[in-house]
Amino acid sequence: MNLALPFALLKNSYPQKISDLRNTFAGKQLILLLAFVLLSPLSWAKEAAPVAEDPVLERRMIALSEDLRCLVCQNESLAGSRADFANDLRREIREQMQANKSDREIIDFLVARYGDFVLYRPPVKPATYLLWGGPFAFLLTGAGILFFYLKRRRKQVEEPPLTEEQHRHAEALLKEDKGNNA
Amino acid sequence: MTRFLLPLAAFIVLVGFLAVGLNLKPREVPSPLIGKPAPVFQSQLLHEPERMLASQDNLGKVWLLNVWASWCVSCREEHPLLVELARSGIVPIYGLNYKDKRDLALQWLNQYGDPYTVSVVDPEGRIGIDYGVYGVPETYVIDKNGVIRHKQIGPVTVESLEKKILPLIKELQG
Amino acid sequence: MIPELGNFALILALLLAITQGTLPIIGAARGIPSWVALARPVVQGQFVFLAIAFGCLAYSFVNNDFSVMNVARNSNSELPIQYRIAASWGSHEGSLLLWVFMLAGWSVAVSVFSRHLPDEMVARVLGVMGLVSVGFILFLLVTSNPFDRLLPAAFEGSDLNPLLQDPGMVIHPPMLYMGYVGFSVAFAFAIAALISGEMDAAWARWSRPWTTVAWVFLTIGIMLGSWWAYYELGWGGWWFWDPVENASFLPWLVGTALVHSLAVTEKRGSFKSWTVLLAICAFSLSLLGTFLVRSGVLTSVHAFATDPTRGVFILAFLVIVIGSSLLLFAWRAPKVGLGGKFDLVSRESMLLANNLLLMVAAGSVLLGTLYPLIMDSLDLGKISVGTPYFEAVFVPLMTPAIFLMGLGPLARWKQASLPELMLRLRWAFGVSVVTALLMPFVMGEWKPLVSFGLLLAFWIIATIFVSIRQRLHNSGQGGLFTKLAKQSRSYYSMHLAHFGIAVFIIGVTLVNGYETEKDVRMEIGSTVTMGGYTFRFNGASPVSGPNYQAMRGDIDVLRNGEKIRVMQPEKRTYNASGMAMTEPAIDTGFLRDLYVALGEPLEDGAWVVRVYHKPFVDWIWFGCLLMAFGGILAVTDRRYRLKVHNKHVETATVAEDKRAASNPRLSTGGKKA
Repeated sequence: MNLALPFALLKNSYPQKISDLRNTFAGKQLILLLAFVLLSPLSWAKEAAPVAEDPVLERRMIALSEDLRCLVCQNESLAGSRADFANDLRREIREQMQANKSDREIIDFLVARYGDFVLYRPPVKPATYLLWGGPFAFLLTGAGILFFYLKRRRKQVEEPPLTEEQHRHAEALLKEDKGNNA
Repeated sequence: MTRFLLPLAAFIVLVGFLAVGLNLKPREVPSPLIGKPAPVFQSQLLHEPERMLASQDNLGKVWLLNVWASWCVSCREEHPLLVELARSGIVPIYGLNYKDKRDLALQWLNQYGDPYTVSVVDPEGRIGIDYGVYGVPETYVIDKNGVIRHKQIGPVTVESLEKKILPLIKELQG
Repeated sequence: MIPELGNFALILALLLAITQGTLPIIGAARGIPSWVALARPVVQGQFVFLAIAFGCLAYSFVNNDFSVMNVARNSNSELPIQYRIAASWGSHEGSLLLWVFMLAGWSVAVSVFSRHLPDEMVARVLGVMGLVSVGFILFLLVTSNPFDRLLPAAFEGSDLNPLLQDPGMVIHPPMLYMGYVGFSVAFAFAIAALISGEMDAAWARWSRPWTTVAWVFLTIGIMLGSWWAYYELGWGGWWFWDPVENASFLPWLVGTALVHSLAVTEKRGSFKSWTVLLAICAFSLSLLGTFLVRSGVLTSVHAFATDPTRGVFILAFLVIVIGSSLLLFAWRAPKVGLGGKFDLVSRESMLLANNLLLMVAAGSVLLGTLYPLIMDSLDLGKISVGTPYFEAVFVPLMTPAIFLMGLGPLARWKQASLPELMLRLRWAFGVSVVTALLMPFVMGEWKPLVSFGLLLAFWIIATIFVSIRQRLHNSGQGGLFTKLAKQSRSYYSMHLAHFGIAVFIIGVTLVNGYETEKDVRMEIGSTVTMGGYTFRFNGASPVSGPNYQAMRGDIDVLRNGEKIRVMQPEKRTYNASGMAMTEPAIDTGFLRDLYVALGEPLEDGAWVVRVYHKPFVDWIWFGCLLMAFGGILAVTDRRYRLKVHNKHVETATVAEDKRAASNPRLSTGGKKA
């Protein structure tokens, strides 16, 4: 199968600017390091630093952007896309989060610029009532039809009495088929 | 026994939508900014970095904002049309040099011609986000009151110019 | 020369398909035995010519004949041989050829394994399949000829998409297509039954194994696709609710409903018209999927390069095939009898309710997939419908279905009693609730959604135990093993498939609940710890593949300070296309996967590395495999094995089945559930 924008498929949410966390915690780390030296055979190895400046905020950003669509990609979330465009928007979301904007405000910001198309969770409005209500309408209608059909059907169906010949066949069948008819 | 016709009816409706769907462009997303004031920006000029252009400076005239970049392949496709349009003097075209490097952008304009009254730079794509740019090239028609009236997604073509953009500009200028 | 030969073979196959689609059907209607007898040889001839055509295409790929457009666009001389073969179904044209080739294969299988069926029936079934084949071969020849020449020939091919250069890609599409195309057999049986007006238990018995086999292929195909996405796309997701994934999932849902409904039709003679409708729907959705992927009406990561004339052609084909089938259905179905009597609470009605839930789920997935198209065509604006919608809708619909899955096998045919069922299942319910509440603590943290998912899974498992215990209890004399051996394969197959669902749910629940992920900058020698494992980065070094250059990371995995394995994720750049690919390294385990992917290089040999710990993720695919095994086991049940009886005996039994079906006592025989 031909994928038209396959390079956009690869996930990349690695931020470009990385500040060095280790400096901030140098003191603490030294103590930890000493503890490691004494306790662990891995003593010389140092723990790798997370890429994100603020892992908690990063998780929030990823969670939000998983429900948003990357417009330039074929069909991918902002979190899942490696496209430049997705990188920019992730940066934008990250910055807005740092500026204490709520998820709602960020979504409104994006919808104002790109329309409802960016939302993987379509908003509930008159044009999408059928979308959101459809499945439950299907279920209710189906269950209703099923119920009344079964009730009516029970009255319609009569057990045909077996004829003499059918009885003989049946007996023969039972004998022959015993044990292999699930 | 009409109930046995229901699946067929549902199928016919479905086919109707699919048939219409064949002529739609699923990748073109209409801009919610149409009919709304164009987002305000202030940025350096491409040719003279020490000078700035603010979008409010264009109030009172109808203008085009064309988003372009030297790395954008389909920009080359529309470029001759823009150059021609600029020469005709019907409408000023402002360029938004989107996520580009200055030297590459200048070189590109030297090579293909410069239709822009001025080009402003948007190296990090921030103005782009405000305008809802998602694919380059894009062209916005902005009226005298600074309201976005039309957005052309993808390269400008002879057809889109003649059928939509030029008549609209005439109407807005008139 | 070879491509022209292929083209010629394709044209001959078309002529045979036209013969196959007309004469046998007319012969069956008018009672002309010689026309009826044509069906089998014509089918086999068509298969031979399609095999030649497919062979020619594969030959052109293997020999790098870049004067063939299809080869020039989808292959490259550096491409390893196995991917050159796979590239023959990697493009739109080639995959369609595979489609018709498989259709011919299924037709041959029907012609061979149907010696015990009445000749007229076989003629009609093969005739319908012939008509489908006509449509697809025409489509190939008119809009998508895989043998089109490129003049002057290209010097070098532009390469197969690197994402597809993977063993998973070699088998995923053929499996999936075997499933799609396999439903054409169930469809053909249904149409043949509608044409002849003979719709009875015998019809259900004949088409049941075919449907099951198609369902097995589709299950495996979807599973492979999901697994492939997991290890090839580089970020460990396994299902994205992409329109094209949905297009394969829809026939699966309807096919699952069909498999169950056929069981009732066969055993009890009920739901005949419903079963026929499901058979039509399952195949129609396979065709609809073809349309969605190839017409460009939806944006999807899987979409083929599209062309409007193709869309118009397939749409016209859909209208003819599906429209006429549904018209035939509306005309014939009202005359179909109702079958055996059953109560509001009975195994029949539970199966019907489960069918309803599956169909509602399928309807909802279809609605969500097409809604953006519907809104756009009514000019109501553009929206996206993605994972959040599908999850919000799908889970609530499947919950009652899974509850019924536990009840159904224990309920009696014809008439069951709810209080009695509740009494019998109270322990199963209690045990599953308690286990579901406690299990998350074992995993380290209690989460409501995890508990809920586990409840569904344990409920299935507990009810399977209750069912088997009861069954053994009612199996007369003998030790445990004799009793176990007494039960039919189809009984075990049902439980195996249901157990597969439970395993699948456990996998999904636990990986969603407890997956951990870290994005770290790893310098040479630095470590990251996760889920009790320590990953030590030893640097990355360049390696050359057959048609790509790569940086290969070297990461030791340590547990309790002991090195247990080396993981080597790669970052590749393909020579021909210049495309970059992330090849993660995965350590597969029964209880967890360790998943490592390289990000970007940093200074001094350091890399951004993404590490995942995914508990129980393989249970997702293992569950699918169990479902498929269940299906395979069902087909090997002795009822379906080829009997060496002559036709007379066979048709007589069928006639008795027909009567038996109208009387539940006979059809369930000595086996009361």
